[in-house]
Amino acid sequence: MSFLRRRNGTDSSKTRVADPNIKKDGADDDDKKKDQYKIPQRRNYGSKKWSCWDNCCWFIGFICSIWWFCLFLYNTMPDSIPQFVTMAITGPLPDPPGVKLRKEGLTANHPVVLVPGVVTGGLELWEGRHCAEGLLGKRLWGGSFGEFYKRPLCWLEHISLDNDTGFDPPGIRVRPVTGLVAADYFATGYFVWAVVIANLAHIGYEEKSLYMAAYDWRLSFQNTEIRDQSLTRIKSNIELLVATHGGKKVVVLPHSMGVQYFLHFMKWVETPAPRGGGGGPDWCAKHIKAIMNIGAPFLGSPKSIALHFSIEVRDIAALRAQAPGLLDKDVLGLQTFKHLMRMFRTWDATFSMIPKGGETIWGGLDWSPETETVNNSAKKGTDNSTRNTGGNGNICDTKGVNYGRLISFSKDWAETHSSKIERVDFKHVAKGDKLTNSSNCDIWLEYHEMGNRAIKAVADHKVYTAGSILDLLHYVAPKLMARGASHFSYGIADDLDDPKYDQYKYWSNPLETKLPNAPDMEIYSLYGVGLPTERGYIYKVAPPSDCSIPFQIDTSVDGDSEDSCLKGGVFSGDGDETVPIISAGFMCAKGWRGKTRFNPSGIRTYNREYKHAPPANLLEGRGTQSGSHVDLLGNFALIEDVLRVAAGATGEDIGGDRVYSDIFKWSERINIKL
Amino acid sequence: MASVLRFRKLCYVESAVKCTSVGYESFEIDEKLDEKEEDVLSANNFALEINKKRKQPKRQPKEWRCLDSCCWIIGYLCTTWWLLLFFYHCLPVTLLRVPELPGPGVRLKREGLTALHPVVLVPGIVTGGLELWEGRPCADGLFRKRLWGGGSFTQIFKRPLCLLEHLSLHHETGLDPQGIRVRAVPGMVGADYFAPGYFVWAVLIENLAKIGYEGKNLHMAAYDWRLSFQNTEIRDHALTRLKSKIELMYISNGYKKVVAVPHSMGVIYFLHFLKWVETPPPMGGGGGPGWCAKHIKAVMNIGPAFLGVPKAVSNLFSAEGKDVSYIRAMAPRVFDSEILGLQTFERVMRMARTWDSIVSLLPKGGEVIWGNMDRSPEEGHVCDFSKKSHSKTSLTTNNVNNSDVKRGFLVKDLANYGRIISFGKPASVLHSSKLPTADSKEFSRTSTSENFNNFSCGEAWTEYDEMSRQSIQNVAADKAYTTTTLLDLLRFVAPKMMRRAEAHFSHGIAENLDDPKYNHYKYWSNPLETKLSDAPDMEIYCMYGVGIPTERSYVYKLSPNSRCKSIPYQIDNSVHGEDGSCLKGGVYFADGDESVPVLSAGFMCAKGWRGRTRFNPSGIATYIREYRHKPPTSLMEGRGIESGSHVDIMGNFALIEDIMRVAAGATGDEIGGDQIHSDIIKMSERINLGL
Repeated sequence: MSFLRRRNGTDSSKTRVADPNIKKDGADDDDKKKDQYKIPQRRNYGSKKWSCWDNCCWFIGFICSIWWFCLFLYNTMPDSIPQFVTMAITGPLPDPPGVKLRKEGLTANHPVVLVPGVVTGGLELWEGRHCAEGLLGKRLWGGSFGEFYKRPLCWLEHISLDNDTGFDPPGIRVRPVTGLVAADYFATGYFVWAVVIANLAHIGYEEKSLYMAAYDWRLSFQNTEIRDQSLTRIKSNIELLVATHGGKKVVVLPHSMGVQYFLHFMKWVETPAPRGGGGGPDWCAKHIKAIMNIGAPFLGSPKSIALHFSIEVRDIAALRAQAPGLLDKDVLGLQTFKHLMRMFRTWDATFSMIPKGGETIWGGLDWSPETETVNNSAKKGTDNSTRNTGGNGNICDTKGVNYGRLISFSKDWAETHSSKIERVDFKHVAKGDKLTNSSNCDIWLEYHEMGNRAIKAVADHKVYTAGSILDLLHYVAPKLMARGASHFSYGIADDLDDPKYDQYKYWSNPLETKLPNAPDMEIYSLYGVGLPTERGYIYKVAPPSDCSIPFQIDTSVDGDSEDSCLKGGVFSGDGDETVPIISAGFMCAKGWRGKTRFNPSGIRTYNREYKHAPPANLLEGRGTQSGSHVDLLGNFALIEDVLRVAAGATGEDIGGDRVYSDIFKWSERINIKL
Repeated sequence: MASVLRFRKLCYVESAVKCTSVGYESFEIDEKLDEKEEDVLSANNFALEINKKRKQPKRQPKEWRCLDSCCWIIGYLCTTWWLLLFFYHCLPVTLLRVPELPGPGVRLKREGLTALHPVVLVPGIVTGGLELWEGRPCADGLFRKRLWGGGSFTQIFKRPLCLLEHLSLHHETGLDPQGIRVRAVPGMVGADYFAPGYFVWAVLIENLAKIGYEGKNLHMAAYDWRLSFQNTEIRDHALTRLKSKIELMYISNGYKKVVAVPHSMGVIYFLHFLKWVETPPPMGGGGGPGWCAKHIKAVMNIGPAFLGVPKAVSNLFSAEGKDVSYIRAMAPRVFDSEILGLQTFERVMRMARTWDSIVSLLPKGGEVIWGNMDRSPEEGHVCDFSKKSHSKTSLTTNNVNNSDVKRGFLVKDLANYGRIISFGKPASVLHSSKLPTADSKEFSRTSTSENFNNFSCGEAWTEYDEMSRQSIQNVAADKAYTTTTLLDLLRFVAPKMMRRAEAHFSHGIAENLDDPKYNHYKYWSNPLETKLSDAPDMEIYCMYGVGIPTERSYVYKLSPNSRCKSIPYQIDNSVHGEDGSCLKGGVYFADGDESVPVLSAGFMCAKGWRGRTRFNPSGIATYIREYRHKPPTSLMEGRGIESGSHVDIMGNFALIEDIMRVAAGATGDEIGGDQIHSDIIKMSERINLGL
């Protein structure tokens, strides 16, 4: 640096010799005084030459100054200007539902309990290993993800649970964040509950009448009680809310997995003390006015299968197809997928999302509730016509799609009629025949205990339905499933009075529990429709390598036509991008409708569907009419429904059922004893 | 750090006008260097070659103007800064971390301590965060953002008036104004840090976490500290929530009693809670008479303001504290100037006077506790804080019966702490017989006199605007006020505020605690007017710092500024005592933790509740734990691990260790019983209170 400047100096000294002479010659007497001032200035500044370095510095400085100036202007600008600009472009924005309803005279009435779903709740660190020093009380999940993006392996270590117990590993305590901050924003600017909360606040809600039932969404539901007493806390808080609001019952808003969690809670709270909360048989009737399930995966979601099987979903698979080597690269020592899979498989809660009800609900090899039974080609015409007439219900061409086959190995097997498929049983194939190098793999996965023959056997079975998928998972990850099976169950109860159903593992499965005895309660299922939702997958065996996951979604497979439901190896159905309609709507449309054996006291149920409409322009952000799984929480129509119910309206008052899809037709096709 | 630098750079930009001269200077230096170089290089062929080469590029030599050099400097600084930042981020995390002092948590964990009793933290005044739930249009976009605490003070700079409006309460109801809802921030985040890097509870929480505490057995009882205590229940159900929370923790942690850790004003808030929870429903929580005995193991009061703080007096009287009045003395016109339209004090005072809770901090117990015109319990305290003089004991013995004159000779101007406000230095030192008596009835007579100023000032800002000039001077006329007459004074200068607040707080001493009137909630937060609950197994700790000069009484003067909308009184910061005197800048100092004098913090535990007294009928054990203040020895220590100052004491390792031991199951005797550095026992003896 100094060297450069010195060189400049010598340079300038040369020119300077000549400079003053010229100046003096041309100068008038009048200007002499000015010149005396000017000349030395010129000498110093004018004679400097630009080196590249100076240019760079100048440029950076220039940019910086302008940037700061703009920043300064931005900060001094009144906050109303951006809004003003938006108004000018899009015309006056519609009032958010809170403001609108406030003008109508609605005020806070029933206290509101929010139950966040999987992934969206924040987790914070209370005790950690050495690598996480100084991060106590920082968010490990949600928020800005704290400092952990700098140390990914450390993060993985802390966020994973113990593979045997399903609790924290020794020396690590990661706990849910409590309060509304737990799930108002998932990451900065990505709202989850924030919009709902803001609108509730408009009609008078505040901290004392809102409660975020935060829980550790990684744990199995009963374990949240064992470790954190989460269920007891929810019970105590609901009782407090009811007591401080003069006996007004609460309105519960569970979202996503929170739906099942709350189902579990309702069962737990009425079970006598040692195993349950000991609230007595009429606790729910006394404390709960309505449960408004948002994006409810009552019967699970096929997405979880792909996650369990190969830690992929549609988007990840597509990404992998784009840059095949990148994510799998062992060269970089990343092994992202295997790390993620290992982490994911330690989370018991993910088992709750595995499709429930087996083939009865999700369809068998040749039928599924979403499609007309295509026995022969003669039906083709009618099939087309239904699509055209009821067209708004379908998002793609469902002709010939076998949704019942959740996993098929190759497109052919996905389409051929079942009678033509020869399936080989895989369960008896010994798992031995280990890959030679598998012991070197530093990341433990149960796949490494499988040999080539076992992998081949799995692929040879060709097609899996919601029933056989459980066998498959049991086969590829026996330990994992053993742990999961002790906390969750996926069947359909034949006799609900069987004493075995008192066990907590059945509590979160609506097909194996009775609803509480609370005839005044209302159950809503609010969900988005009109988005392609993963419903089935086409898999392939991954090119063999020592330490990789042996199965992959076959992203090269596409449907025949433009609007085929098969794209990139994934069969899509209608839903909210995560939960298919059948899972979200069936219980309220049929399973619990009227007095059934699942709903002995005849709790009223309502289906409210919200048709997805993408945001009109960028300024709307994630849209006020979105139907997507999380963005639905910002849907004005949904918020309005929620506010009205919270302010005291009943399901009939807000208009009863509101259905766009064929959920009632599909439910009829499901043959279940009620 | 980055922001500081950026700010500096901004300064560069803004001072672009000055830049000519700066640039000129720096280049003259260059010039000198150039000349030297010339001598060396002119003979050097090599250099000539370079020159030739450099002349070859045909770029026109541009003018190196002032703006350019500015840009150059900024660019240069930026680049180096980025480079450094880049290196900093490249370094492994472990290398750069400031070697943290291992807190007591680590050591105690090694000793085998684990979480046993659930812990409830009760924050004090000012430190709790407040957030907005509904506001005026000027607060758009601040929904559920912090208005107070937690480092969002940037908003205060952006829209100060808006914030003042939102933080003020309604001046008649003491609740939110119409259309504004500001609520306490719940959870740990409510009060762990007050501003970024300025911890309040964070260090304690961190250490508790080390031995196994977490969300389920650690609770922050956040409440809106601006409201009167009963109003937090009426508006937010804060007391009900606290009760439910304690019951829940008691049950979900295997029926282990709770250790409560209140700080500062939280101490009297919790006192209020203890009384509230056992009172039957309409007014109280209906927990029944055994609730405290069943649910609470110990109350560990940190920096307790049991009997109030004199600071609250100056705050209410003139919106000043020791530090503020210093600043005012340094730059007399900045705060007062109306040119900027600031009127900071007036606005702040207006806001502070809507906060009922400040009234709860006015000194309680009147002259019995705080001393009368001529004597006070702290009498003879020597304020040479750097080294305690040995003559202290002799002085105190001398003073008791000495006449005024003699005292003046002996101890120069000895502090008459009892006169909590005196107008002019003479009023603070002269014997009471030579002073005009401050008769409370006198106020009421003058207060009805004509308020000729009222209309000319337009909107009344503070209640001072409603006072006539005459009565303002009457108040000041060379008088001194004790704690008892002070209340009359405040009732006179701010009648509405006191009327509102005195419905919620009382500052006296009960003659007969069984009088049914003491069932009213306004007495619950005054330890001298309530009985402790019947819980013989409970323990009460008074933990506070000592060794820091603490405001104890004030010398006031009439403000020279006689315009409307100004505060007519000011601390007279020109008044200083001689060396070794307790008087400095118009403030008399006594021993304490910078906010709470020892007397207020320690008396109840030292005497009022010690043993079986009428205030403590069940004989709850009390312990005094004092922590002598030591300033941090090095910068690395931050705010010190042995600090005794009011808030920094929450980072005092000795105090944290005590709390952790008790939380892990120890009793007061096991952690060492009393630990006393100050004269609290002697002071308490001088207080003549029927027990």
